[in-house]
Order: sequence, then structure tokens, then C-alpha cells
Amino acid sequence: MIGAWTFWAAPALADSLSADSLTMVEVAPGVFVHAGRHAETDAGNEGDIANCGFIIGAEAVAIIDTGGGPAVGRRLRDAVRARTGLPIRYVINTHMHPDHVLGNAAFRDDGASLVAHRNFQAALMARSSHYLRTFEDAAGADAARDVAFLPVTVTVAERLEIDLGQRVIELVAHPPAHTDNDLTVFDRQTGTLWTGDLVFMERAPAVDGTALGWLRVLEALSSVPARRAVPGHGPPAAPWPDAAADLRRYLEQVVAGVRAVQKSGGTIQRAIAEVAVQERPRWQLFEEYHPRNVTAVFAELEWE
Amino acid sequence: MTLMHATRTAGLATALVALLDAAALAAPADDTARWDMLRDMYFAGRPVEDAGPLLSLEAPTRAHDAALVPIRIATAPGSDVRVNAVHLIVDENPVPLAAIFRFADGGPQAVETRIRVNAYTNVTAVAETSDGRLLKTAQFVKAAGGCSAPALKNPQMTLARMGKMKLNLPDTLVAGQPVTAQLLISHPNNTGMQYDQLNYYYIPAHYVTTIAVRYNGAPVLDVQSDISLSEDPSIHFSLVPDKEGTLEVTAEDSRGRVFKQSWPIRAAQGS
Repeated sequence: MIGAWTFWAAPALADSLSADSLTMVEVAPGVFVHAGRHAETDAGNEGDIANCGFIIGAEAVAIIDTGGGPAVGRRLRDAVRARTGLPIRYVINTHMHPDHVLGNAAFRDDGASLVAHRNFQAALMARSSHYLRTFEDAAGADAARDVAFLPVTVTVAERLEIDLGQRVIELVAHPPAHTDNDLTVFDRQTGTLWTGDLVFMERAPAVDGTALGWLRVLEALSSVPARRAVPGHGPPAAPWPDAAADLRRYLEQVVAGVRAVQKSGGTIQRAIAEVAVQERPRWQLFEEYHPRNVTAVFAELEWE
Repeated sequence: MTLMHATRTAGLATALVALLDAAALAAPADDTARWDMLRDMYFAGRPVEDAGPLLSLEAPTRAHDAALVPIRIATAPGSDVRVNAVHLIVDENPVPLAAIFRFADGGPQAVETRIRVNAYTNVTAVAETSDGRLLKTAQFVKAAGGCSAPALKNPQMTLARMGKMKLNLPDTLVAGQPVTAQLLISHPNNTGMQYDQLNYYYIPAHYVTTIAVRYNGAPVLDVQSDISLSEDPSIHFSLVPDKEGTLEVTAEDSRGRVFKQSWPIRAAQGS
């Protein structure tokens, strides 16, 4: 797996937005992943900052996350069409964050079902105007013109199986963790677990739900009999459950550190300055996310 | 990732710049017209003096979360200024007056809370002294979107918890010696500016309007508050415990709901 990624990474570096389709890695037979960059959205990357991909069954294709912009979605669709003519029947969003859903519009004409957690639509629509404005500011008005928030047609309350033709994928809706609408996709045939942003690797995570809930969900997921995970950010695939080890350590340190500061009567400012700062060299974009994570966890833990 | 830029904070550029200037103190922006208007609105006809070193206002130069910006206001330690009330004003917010803190004890004061910041703004504190002067200090805070940001938390949980309170005190208390207490009130403190695009309406404003803190029946602190206080309002205030006593808090919100909670407090005998 790691060998395959190293091999494929070389052409990925040469890839540019003028290319027709996204660079994909086939992490398991029929399971294709594009690894987004560890950057914030800008005019150059057009939102290609999160992992996205697809699974091909005998009869249909399921897209799992569509990238952080309309152009990324189009290039993901091109990548499907470069490999199969089977219909794209499902677009699955692992959660409502813009870097995972702003490519949805590219699949509007496929007649695909849009599948998401039952809390997804409310969470996305509460933020959609912010997401659109921020994408415009970062990527430019031209890039933002095609953004569309398509309605969810299939909601997952607990668990849902989707048959792609001799290939059943299993969707699980989780309690609040990274967000309040995290969904995982398990491909039984290859033992591949798409975690969405329940797993961050390399790139600093963002706590947009509950740190304690996230740790509980990661604990539960650790017993999923998967050979590999496809994280929301990081390499296209990594061995499971080791893939979540860095994230669990980070979250545990933030929680323990904030608790200690609170116990001694310390302030949010002090927590930001002190908590889990030893994690800084281990994560990209740490300064952009960590202080805010500490702030969010501080407010969360006050109500323990 | 990441909704951080999208919803509540100022964005990547600011996050990067924050590294460069986080240590620098932000002098208040010179917006005389805005302040003149606010002064006339809140302190009509009264002179407002520059507080100089008598009053301090601590705020992050750039907020990590525009909906949760910690603010601390304190009178200078060792000064003999006696303050009965502090007005906290977020100059550029739609409702600029965030809160008025009225202290029963007119001595030196320190109070801390968390606010929403809707746009780059001066945050201003005006202290009323016991001899009737108004002393002003201000600091510029870079943050945006704090009033319209959707709540982070799961909405069902927020509603289920509404009105619950927490009181945090140091582990050891000595009778007669002042300590800093933190009061937390679980409340969505909806601003009226948070748009629910699923149901196509603005979530109506619903926020804590008054907080009364009593210790053994005597007033400690009275707060009049508005939409600029963060979700789950938090207030740090000074308390002088007796050997035994009860702290009682009564809060009321903009829909007339009243929340009450009380805590027994024991302190070691002072020397």
C-alpha cells in the first residue's frame, strides 16, 4: 500500500489543474482515492484540499466526497469516466464541510442519489452562505460560480447498505464527533474503511463537534475489521487502526491539557499557550487550527 | 477539515498574520465618529475621560473564534479608584452594548466574560466611579462573523441544557480573602442574526438579559446583558467568602424565562 502510494505520488506532483482528471490511486481493487493537498483553499488549488474518490461495483459507481470546489468535482467525475462507463448512482458526503462537498454540483446531471447523515442537511444549510462567501474570497468569483448545494435524497439515521452490484458498501452514521454529521463507508469486499474527517493524518484536525465524542467514536471504529482506512486528509490510504493513532494522541493531549488548565483555574488564553504545543511539529497547518481547537474544547469541557 | 474560516473566524490570511503580530498590543482604532455616537447613545451629556492606567482591558489582538472572544476588564491594582459599574461595548456590533456589570462593593474590580465580535472593532470598557466619573479604555480586536456564526454544538444538546449553571471556585477558600469565581450559564444566546437556511428563517434572538449574583442574600454583582455575550455566558467575578454561606444566582432571558441556582460555599477560618 505505502509502496503503491510512493510510486503514484511522483506523477501527482506534476499534475496541474489544466489536466482533465484528478490523479487517483487505486488503494484496493475498484477503490480509487485522490489525496488533497495540505493547504487552505486558494485560486491555485480551487479547493483541492481534502481526499475524495469512488468505488466501482459491477453495476454502479459510488462517489465518496466530491472535493472542495466545482472544478475538483468535475475533475473527479472525469477520473471516473476515464475508468468506467457505469452509471454514477450515488454521491456520498461524509460530512458537511466545504472541502468535502463543494464538488457535488459536478454530479447534478448524473441523476445520482445524494447520501448523507441525517444531520447533514441542517448543518450544511446553516453554514452554506458562509461557505460560499469564503470560497469566493479564497478561490475567486469565477471558481465559485458553479457552487450548488444539492438536496440530500437519502439520509442515514444509523446504518445503510448500498449494493453497487456484487459489492455491498456499508454506511454508518455516527454520534457527534468531528461534526454532528459524520458518516463512514465500509467496503466489505476489500476491507477498506472510508473515515471522512473522523481521521486526519498529517494535516492538523479541526474540532467542529465534540472532542470527547470524537474520541469515543474513534474507539468504537478501532474494532472495525478493516485492512486500511481512507482518511479525510492525509495519504490515500493507511493501515487500520494505526491510521488514527496520531489523531487520538492529539485529541487526548488536548483534552487532558485543557482539563489541567481548568482545574488550576486557568484561562482560555493560557490553555492556548500551553496545551498540546508539543504536537506542533507533527502536524501541518497547526497554527491555523490548534488555537481554535483548544478554544472549542475549553468551552466543551467546562460542562463536563 | 474545517469550517473555521467559513463560519467563525477571519480566515487563513489572518491566521498567518496572527503569527506575526500576536504579541503586539492593538491600539484602539481612531474612529471618533463612531465613538461619539456611542457615547451620546449610552452616556448622553456626560463627559467620558480617558482612563489612562486606572483601567485595563485585555483582549486577544486577533480572536481564534469570533463567537468566543475572552475579555477581561480590571482596575489598576493598588490604585484607589472605586468602581461601581463597568460598561462593556463592542463598538461595531449591531447591538454595541454587550453588558453592564454593577458591583455591590465599590472597591477595585476585575471582571471577565466572552463576547461575539461581528466585525473588526474597538472593544471599549467604561467604568463608573463611586464619585460619578466615567473612565474609558479600548482595544482593537480583529475578528469577524461572531454574531451570525451558527452554534458549533449539537442544537438538541444546547436546548436540553438551557438554564443550567456552573460555579467554579478555587479548591481552597479562606474566609475573608477574595477569590475569583466563574459563573457559567448554559444558554444559546441566539443573536437573531443566525440564519437557518434549511427552514428559511433567522433563528429569533433569545439571550440572557439579567444575571443577579447574591451571597448570603447580599448583592455581589448585577449584570445587564445583550446578544453580544457568547453562547453559554461566562462571567468571572470577585467574591469574598465567609466561613459558611450560600451563593445564589438568578438569570432571566429575553423570553422571560427565569433560571435560579444556588451553591453552599465553605471556607477555612481566616487568621
